[in-house]
Amino acid sequence: MLEISLFAFFGVIACVTAVMVITRRNPIISALFLVLNFAALAGLYLLLYAQFIAVVQIIVYAGAIMVLFLFVIMLLKPEADKNFFEENPKIKVASLIIGIIVFVQIGITVWNGMTKNPVMQEVNKAMEIGTVEAIGKELYTNYLLPFEAIGFVLLASTIGALILAKKKLD
Amino acid sequence: MIPIEYYLIISAFMFVCGVVGVLTRRNAIIVFMSIELMLNSANLTLVTFSSYLGNIYGQLFVFFVMAVAAAEAAVGLAIIIAIFRNKVTMNLDEINILKW
Repeated sequence: MLEISLFAFFGVIACVTAVMVITRRNPIISALFLVLNFAALAGLYLLLYAQFIAVVQIIVYAGAIMVLFLFVIMLLKPEADKNFFEENPKIKVASLIIGIIVFVQIGITVWNGMTKNPVMQEVNKAMEIGTVEAIGKELYTNYLLPFEAIGFVLLASTIGALILAKKKLD
Repeated sequence: MIPIEYYLIISAFMFVCGVVGVLTRRNAIIVFMSIELMLNSANLTLVTFSSYLGNIYGQLFVFFVMAVAAAEAAVGLAIIIAIFRNKVTMNLDEINILKW
């Protein structure tokens, strides 16, 4: 009972804030709703017994990436977009239709697949694999090379961002 | 006991929100945020299947996706700043120098 009410709480927050992110005119308000969305997702991860991913979601997404977004919005001129249907109403109606079609497609696929072969959650196993210990063990043994590679990717992106954001390219 | 469909439907809804955001909005920063929304919905699907099937590799993959998303955000925002220096706009319709 507690589980399902928590799920409904976080799920509703995730859906509502996702809509808010794409409909608000002011980018700062969108960014703050996106932070709320990431927090709700972290709650859903906890309900799925993925503790490590939930913590990383808060630290990396809601912490680091969103701070980066807010700083960039602050540096640039905060210009509000036009109202949702004010300009190019045809494109907007068309993209809404495309969105609905994609949603219905995914929904039909999920419903067909999951009613034919229902998946039951093994709670004990799910609890075991979501811990920091289990994921760390896997990362530092079988996945050591990809782990090092991702470190290199982060280094490269840091240098790339520095060079791109420099005043003069010379 | 929450059926797996519920998580997948939430994930699908967030993905569609991201798609509609990319297609409709013209502010570069909001388009970028919509892309983050889509990445996160994919992450939710991966974690859901990982947890329900008792397989750790889904969560490992989410870890790598997050690292790549961080790199992508840093580079993308740097590109947006560089464009803003040249053209003093964030409207994607006005950034059409690559259009043939």
